[in-house]
Amino acid sequence: MARSIKKGPYVDAKLGRKVLAIAEGKAKKGVLKTWSRRSTITPEFVGQTFAVHNGNKFIPVYVTEYMVGHKLGEFSPTRNFRGHSGSKQ
Amino acid sequence: MARIAGIDLPKNKRGEIALTYIYGIGRSTSQYILDKAGVHYDKKAVEWNDEEQTAIRNIINAEFKVEGQLRSEVQMNIKRLMDIACYRGVRHRKGLPLRGQRTRTNSRTRKGKRKTVAGKKKAPKK
Repeated sequence: MARSIKKGPYVDAKLGRKVLAIAEGKAKKGVLKTWSRRSTITPEFVGQTFAVHNGNKFIPVYVTEYMVGHKLGEFSPTRNFRGHSGSKQ
Repeated sequence: MARIAGIDLPKNKRGEIALTYIYGIGRSTSQYILDKAGVHYDKKAVEWNDEEQTAIRNIINAEFKVEGQLRSEVQMNIKRLMDIACYRGVRHRKGLPLRGQRTRTNSRTRKGKRKTVAGKKKAPKK
């Protein structure tokens, strides 16, 4: 079920504050380390680089316009399947 | 023979069903179109006169995206997902289901025909 429109997109409060500060020029740009995979990407996020935790390490995600509306976690895969043992390419 | 949106409509089907042979038109859209054009659902596609045909054609052109246009839109959406490298895009690239279904078994529609892995042991019988 989709989230109610009344509530607006969900962004972790702490992360949202940091992104807004950068968007308004109050904080300097840089990679934002975050664990908040559940945060929706809003238009303010565009052009910013995030280091999104995937449970093991931080994956750098450069946010582009097309990513708006997705969640940060969608760009930081948590599983890394390299193929089964013995199966040749 | 009625030809709409580059598709030959089946002769001996009711108009309501015949319209669904166009990609992008299902039962409810078809009914909406016929209602608006003032054509009875049960009237067969061959029985439509020129006026009715034009009315139907105009409604489809004005309000719906069908056939090639719609197909290319769908393809564009998939391409966007693949380009931004999000989870769903990656699944599209790998040809696996996107919505969290199991892949240990089933998902044959996405994965295609079974590829047997040589040397894989079967579960031992008790």
